[in-house]
Amino acid sequence: MQILFYLFAAVSILSALFVVAAKNPVNSVIALIVCFLSIAGHYILLNAQFLAVVHIIVYTGAIMVLFLFVIMLLNLNKSTEPQKSMATRIAAVIAGGLFLLTLLGAIKDGIGIANPDVYDGSVGLVKSVGTSLFTEYLLPFEVSSVLFLSAMIGAVMLGKKDKGQPDGGEISGAA
Amino acid sequence: MNDIVTAIRTVPLEHYVMLSFVLFSIGMAGAMFRRNTIIVLMCLELMFNSVNLLLTAFSAHHGDPGGQVFVFFIMLVAAAEVTVGLAIVVMMKRNVDSVDINQLNRMRG
Repeated sequence: MQILFYLFAAVSILSALFVVAAKNPVNSVIALIVCFLSIAGHYILLNAQFLAVVHIIVYTGAIMVLFLFVIMLLNLNKSTEPQKSMATRIAAVIAGGLFLLTLLGAIKDGIGIANPDVYDGSVGLVKSVGTSLFTEYLLPFEVSSVLFLSAMIGAVMLGKKDKGQPDGGEISGAA
Repeated sequence: MNDIVTAIRTVPLEHYVMLSFVLFSIGMAGAMFRRNTIIVLMCLELMFNSVNLLLTAFSAHHGDPGGQVFVFFIMLVAAAEVTVGLAIVVMMKRNVDSVDINQLNRMRG
């Protein structure tokens, strides 16, 4: 159990670093998929079965495929990306490291929340999450469908080509 | 069910908090580190996921399904955000023929 946690933690941290460091965007996407799968493993260790399945379906199945399609559509799978200047990159690493130090320093004396010892083995199952979703959180659930509708309309609006727009770039032929 | 409860308790909550802090910092540093807009969007996804992991860990340790419902909502918002973000990236490639995030400086922010 603990060994599995540390294994998944190491895999997720290493693949997250690879996402940032990889030169080729396709390699970044593959590393991010590995990271998401290991996070799904964490969900299973926490007995959040519903979330683990939804996470794999939504993130690995839908979002990452969308990323991959866009990278292939835009023909970005060559590492011709201009790099940021070395000063900016060093500043980014230092800022991230300082942020991490601040966060870790905040919890060095424990997280400050007494553990309530109300463990419930059925809390992550579909029944418990579904009951909570459709009683307490019914209104946000319905409102989120409006959010999806607006996101869909926004994506179509942004994605369609304007009429008077000249054909610029190599993707306009494929679009 | 008692086996599951004891199994969840073997990993202390602090370790989940630390893991999610590390993932969030990597995502934040990556968003500043890279110029490719698609990679920046992926780093945003990484930060979303670290927060999701934290919410799930607290929810499982406190026996409250509300945290997991919030994770579900965060996933919905992330899906909508990625749809619009990738549409913006496609439009950007069409208009300025690049996905370099430094090209998005027309507003002089």
